Amino acid sequence: MVMIIQTYWAMLLKAMGHTLLLCLLSLVFATIIGMIFGLMNVGHNRVLNFIGTVYVDAVRGVPLIVLAYFIYFGIPAGIQSMGFTNFKMDALQAGTIALSMNCGAYMAEIVRAGIQSVDRGQMEAGRSLGLSYGAGMALIVVPQAVRTMIPSIINQFIITLKDTSILSVIGFPELTNVGKTIMGNTFKNLQAWAVVGIMYLVVITILSKVSKQIERRINRGR
Amino acid sequence: MADKTDVRISVKNLKKSFGSLEVLKDISLEVTEGEVVVLIGPSGSGKSTLLRCLNQLEKATSGQIVIDGFDVTDKHTDINKVRENIGMVFQHFNLFNHLNVLKNMTLAPVHLKTLSKEDANNKAMQLLERVGLSDKAGAYPSQLSGGQKQRVAIARALEMNPDIMLFDEPTSALDPEMVGEVLAVMKELARDGMTMMVVTHEIGFAREVASRVIFMEGGYIVEEGTPEEVLDHPKEPRTIDFLSKVL
Repeated sequence: MVMIIQTYWAMLLKAMGHTLLLCLLSLVFATIIGMIFGLMNVGHNRVLNFIGTVYVDAVRGVPLIVLAYFIYFGIPAGIQSMGFTNFKMDALQAGTIALSMNCGAYMAEIVRAGIQSVDRGQMEAGRSLGLSYGAGMALIVVPQAVRTMIPSIINQFIITLKDTSILSVIGFPELTNVGKTIMGNTFKNLQAWAVVGIMYLVVITILSKVSKQIERRINRGR
Repeated sequence: MADKTDVRISVKNLKKSFGSLEVLKDISLEVTEGEVVVLIGPSGSGKSTLLRCLNQLEKATSGQIVIDGFDVTDKHTDINKVRENIGMVFQHFNLFNHLNVLKNMTLAPVHLKTLSKEDANNKAMQLLERVGLSDKAGAYPSQLSGGQKQRVAIARALEMNPDIMLFDEPTSALDPEMVGEVLAVMKELARDGMTMMVVTHEIGFAREVASRVIFMEGGYIVEEGTPEEVLDHPKEPRTIDFLSKVL
């Protein structure tokens, strides 16, 4: 184990960097996607409700690994067959799209549940004062919803960080993929995967501790 | 009756259904400037729904509602603009839980630019003084009693400088000892000439403050008139029956 760390520490740290980059990018896009589809699902416009529901159900109904294959191999193949033969997508782009779409669907559900947890009377009071639906959402409902959403969001962030490992299948050099390489080079299955596992564990533990701190602070400042 | 120009609220043949349940069957009424109309009736009679239709928190199924000359049932009316002139007070207060009292009051006028931030703050402090809560400007709703919450809610509605105030069972969620303080604020408002529509079970309030009492049952206006006529000398058997239960 010490040998693996001594030999491969630079490679492992770089891979962890890739994992975090992929995770961070995906979280940013997933938050945006989740906000948009979540709001579509709580509104009263049937067309938007339908689109939101279809998105969430479709993405949740497809395993992430299949989604990643579809985006990394399927979509470029499709676009190339339409005549754009130079079209290419690298593993980071495809990985970010797949993970954002996946995490976004779950975030949409978190947003929907959070908003629906706010008493209807809050919006009604806002509307009765002359605020538009959008202003009521932005100034009254969402700020209260966010507080209830935070534990679920943190949970989802951690799941997404772990899900990055699934994207090793499309060859993105994140931590799990590098773990495979090290294993291939050293044939030390036990040690290689122990190192990789511990690295995930450390990062995720730090992340959850920090999140708990943030959560506490938000709940304290009312 | 006052002449046509004084009409603040005009409802014609209003019907409202929730799915297959028809809650308002055929409501027509007019409210003139400065009138205090108290709606009474058994639960499920449609009182609250009628009130909520006036500012379109519930969309009318059919019929026409004209407020201050604006047809709020017309899709082209800017309902948000009309609502600025209609204050509403809810049974469950609906104070914004994430904001303190002052912010609760100034949020809408500052966002809608009907008042500058400074003016809004000054006005809020005056109103809080009027409802006896000037020391609570920095408090959060969770730190207030029910009666205090409802007084803040009234002040918040008044901050928009409305011509009309709607009260939807404003004292029903209060502990008995807090009912008086809220009714006192409402009485003062009525004395100052505010046009008010009040759904309530407080018959005493109706007797003292109402210029007109409307008894509703089953989605219809069954009887209306002065408090004396409706409360003391009701003609309709259903009114008599209802009053015998609540008095």
